[in-house]
Amino acid sequence: MSGSGEVIGAVLILIGAIFSVISAIGNVRLPDVYTRSHAASKSSTLGVLSTLMGTLLYFLILDGYFSIRLILGIFFVFLTAPVAAHMICRSAYRHHVPLAESTVQDELKDYYMENENLDSEDEEQVEVVEGGIKPLTVD
Amino acid sequence: MIFETLMIIALCLLVVAIMCNLYRIVKGPSSADRVQALDSVGINIIAGIAVFSVFLHTHAFFDLILLIGILSFIGTTAFAKFLERGVVIERKR
Repeated sequence: MSGSGEVIGAVLILIGAIFSVISAIGNVRLPDVYTRSHAASKSSTLGVLSTLMGTLLYFLILDGYFSIRLILGIFFVFLTAPVAAHMICRSAYRHHVPLAESTVQDELKDYYMENENLDSEDEEQVEVVEGGIKPLTVD
Repeated sequence: MIFETLMIIALCLLVVAIMCNLYRIVKGPSSADRVQALDSVGINIIAGIAVFSVFLHTHAFFDLILLIGILSFIGTTAFAKFLERGVVIERKR
């Protein structure tokens, strides 16, 4: 009985760690902010979910200890990591961080120019530095 | 014995992942890259605490998982609002 708990925990934790490494390699190698955010949010979330599930099953099978805090942690990470990635990507797009050079289509651009370009009259205030952004002056 | 070795291997993999994210934090051309990599480091630290509590066979660190998750999300949200609007908490007008 205790052997099965150790096997299940070790397999899930190793899968989670390998997914985290894959996500970090994608975060290093991919060309622009949006693809890096894709790699960093999705597979990193899957990796930490697998690791936490392995921990939960390890303590459940080996000790009979069911941790509600760990369940809350799994739920919270699953809920908030994609939201954080969405907010970062939106702020990056609104401050004109350039896409990769191999991009062939930008479907958001037309919509953005029509509907969301509220600061078009002071467009010259937005300085597009080399890959960097400068916050708008707020009065 | 094999189990402890596997846990140490998992911890080393997580350290490699955090090192790759640190490279992105140092080099990343825009601020959004750095914030995204910091969020990823927070998530990897959560996984590291879980592996460490299995390795030490204790229940004492489960609060930290929840705590670091909440703090990482709040920090990332505040940075995203700052990069988007220039302020974190807006005034009423």
